[in-house]
Amino acid sequence: MKEKIKAILEKYQIDATRLIDILHEVMDEFGFISAETITLLSNDLRISEAQVKETISFYHFFSDKPRAKYNVFLNNSITSCLRGFEHVKEAFEIESGVKFGNVSEDGLIGLYVTSCIGMNDQGPAAIINDKIFTNLTPYRAKEIIKGIKQGKKVEELIYEANGDGNNAHPLMNTMIINNIRRKSLLLDDNYEKFEVTKNLISKYSPQEIIQIVEESNLRGRGGAGFPTGLKWKFGSKMPGEHRVIICNADEGEPGTFKDRVILTQYNDLVFEGMVIAAYATAADMGVLYLRYEYRYMLEFLNSQLDYMRNNNLLGNSINGIKDFNFDIRIQLGAGAYICGEESALIESMEGKRGEPRDKPPFPVERGYLNYPTIVNNVETLASAVRIIKNGAEWYKTFGTSDSLGTKLLSVSGDCRFPGIYEVEWGVSIKEVLDMAGAENVQAVQVGGPSGTLVNVQDKENHSKTDLMKWYKPSGMMASRKAYDRKISYSDMATGGSIIIFNKSRDILHDVVMNFMDFFIEESCGSCSTCRNLPYIMKQKLLKIINGHGVREDIDDLLNWGKIIKVSRCGLGQTAANPILSSILNFRHLYEEHVKAMTDYDNQFELADSVSAANSFVGRKFIHHNS
Amino acid sequence: MSKKIIATTSLAGCFGCHMSILDIDERILDLVELVEFNKSPIDDIKVFTKQCDIGIIEGGCCNSENIEVLKYFRENCDILISLGECAIMGGLPAMRNGIPIEECLHEAYLDGPTVKLNTQKILPNDSELPMLLNEVYPCHEIVKIDYFLPGCAPRADLIWDALVALITGNEMDLPYEVVKFD
Repeated sequence: MKEKIKAILEKYQIDATRLIDILHEVMDEFGFISAETITLLSNDLRISEAQVKETISFYHFFSDKPRAKYNVFLNNSITSCLRGFEHVKEAFEIESGVKFGNVSEDGLIGLYVTSCIGMNDQGPAAIINDKIFTNLTPYRAKEIIKGIKQGKKVEELIYEANGDGNNAHPLMNTMIINNIRRKSLLLDDNYEKFEVTKNLISKYSPQEIIQIVEESNLRGRGGAGFPTGLKWKFGSKMPGEHRVIICNADEGEPGTFKDRVILTQYNDLVFEGMVIAAYATAADMGVLYLRYEYRYMLEFLNSQLDYMRNNNLLGNSINGIKDFNFDIRIQLGAGAYICGEESALIESMEGKRGEPRDKPPFPVERGYLNYPTIVNNVETLASAVRIIKNGAEWYKTFGTSDSLGTKLLSVSGDCRFPGIYEVEWGVSIKEVLDMAGAENVQAVQVGGPSGTLVNVQDKENHSKTDLMKWYKPSGMMASRKAYDRKISYSDMATGGSIIIFNKSRDILHDVVMNFMDFFIEESCGSCSTCRNLPYIMKQKLLKIINGHGVREDIDDLLNWGKIIKVSRCGLGQTAANPILSSILNFRHLYEEHVKAMTDYDNQFELADSVSAANSFVGRKFIHHNS
Repeated sequence: MSKKIIATTSLAGCFGCHMSILDIDERILDLVELVEFNKSPIDDIKVFTKQCDIGIIEGGCCNSENIEVLKYFRENCDILISLGECAIMGGLPAMRNGIPIEECLHEAYLDGPTVKLNTQKILPNDSELPMLLNEVYPCHEIVKIDYFLPGCAPRADLIWDALVALITGNEMDLPYEVVKFD
């Protein structure tokens, strides 16, 4: 064992900042990270055991307890739940005889629940030993477990045909389907791969590249919408021995899966976007941070990078441009939503817990290994290639005045055609619903759990109600007609997650509770506000759902929602949004539940509250006088 | 102005908050001019003899008697104040909330290092005893509480200022240091 760990360490130059990669190799080799391994790692990497342990405990896909030979990670995101998650879960448990969260006694099967894995349009889905299984049914779950018990390999458990496009590539061999429903300028197939790097960038100076991107008004497509040209400009001016371009492919916002499709079909654009960004900012290090859930793509993406290296599109003097040296490596995540936040992502890349950093300094000032670092979303980088190819003026002909270009929407939930829609910015909710074939719609969640729950039945003007005095989250304007609200930076900015709920759904119980569970699970625990309040607020919501709520409970939720804004990062600041947004747009659902006649209800039942103590000491419950 | 009527009690507390009330020192003479005490350990009145204006609660709820007394206070007082950490958050007694009650009882009566004399392994289950709650509760999870005075124990000056504010109807001065501890 010692030799194997030595070999792994040497592969990564005994570099503690590569701890994530090292731990992945240990997991692959031994199935878990034992106490002995932790000691070995801490000695050789010259970090404390606690540092190794804190990293292990942070990520879903690391374990210090033995995992099974076959590990099933079943996804519990909202659309999965709408499409029978509970039944599939039950089927797995019955057939395997193991409860979720455990490993079978013979060490064969381990069952785990995991947050969104980017398969919202084809859920319920599971990851079994890094292979993706989509559209699961109770029957399929049972067949899978039967197959495992018969000693089949994971590949043999997949009966389904390969998916479309590159999903069927020999290096991927996956049943995932792309579900591309609408293409525009980004998902356009009529182009020559790497044309910009080969023919165009040498015609521009780095400053001119930045200028074109600035003129196009391209903004970050991950959700925050920071102007890309400005970010590149800042990065290019920061002094540093190295500069780093990071592509953020850690899409973890439940309901988002556009990056998966871009990386499957258009990864050349993404890598080329990184090359262009590197050229513009004189960066020499490139990293694609790939979420662990997309590990099935790793080999495929590496083959693309090899192709680029062999064709002088990466490496030294790229395409003959003197002193333009840049290479890209792929950093695998390990299962943590928060690592989509750029500074948490950088922490993770440095082998640490993915906890967001205090800002400033921003990553463009001091990022990965303290070098100036530019972190861009997959879609942003791919869009930049199109912009350099066709010019800023061309790009400006798409979208609206404040939101130029197109946006990839990941549409899922109650609709006939879930999948990827490339739309021009400014499209209305109604248009999206029509495209997706959604009927009887009650609500649309725009921007994932941290976004807005839009009430499309509501034609009233909310903005003048007292509620707005209480709480007005940015980008959460309750406008006149929800149906006509636009996907744009001025109305509803979004990373592209659109989840549709029809009228049969119980918004509070099925939707809001699921989202709150997500935030409770994914909080890094650093700020007490985000560590505690989502849990406390969920308990309050449960109280209301269970018919014990009073009006003051709604006020409490709104007030606590303000306190959570002091959290350090976006996750914490938005962790109360499912509740705040649903109070804002579905207040009647809360009011239906709360008691009108009383101002106090505590759910307290004396008989229940003494039951355990009474039964231990052996006495009966008695009513006293009062 | 008629005298306000005050009641106090200590539930699952250490009486430290009551000590802190006494720490108002000679001002207690002023207080007597302003208020009249009803049910309270201070004058040892056991049952309410009239409706009170203000009830001061020290300690949280760890057994059925605490619940009963607290509800009794709610019925008989117009305003209830949670005084101190235990009433507001459960305090030290609530440290057992993370441990199953069975384990606590086992340690306390059967297995603990100081349990020598309980040779017959008797557990407290006489029907005269209050029933132990599975968890310790802060007061506001049992009845509606109107005001909270934090501290362990709250300073005498804070108690004094709060009572004076309540009795005179003036708004209480709460400087930053009083509500922010860290």
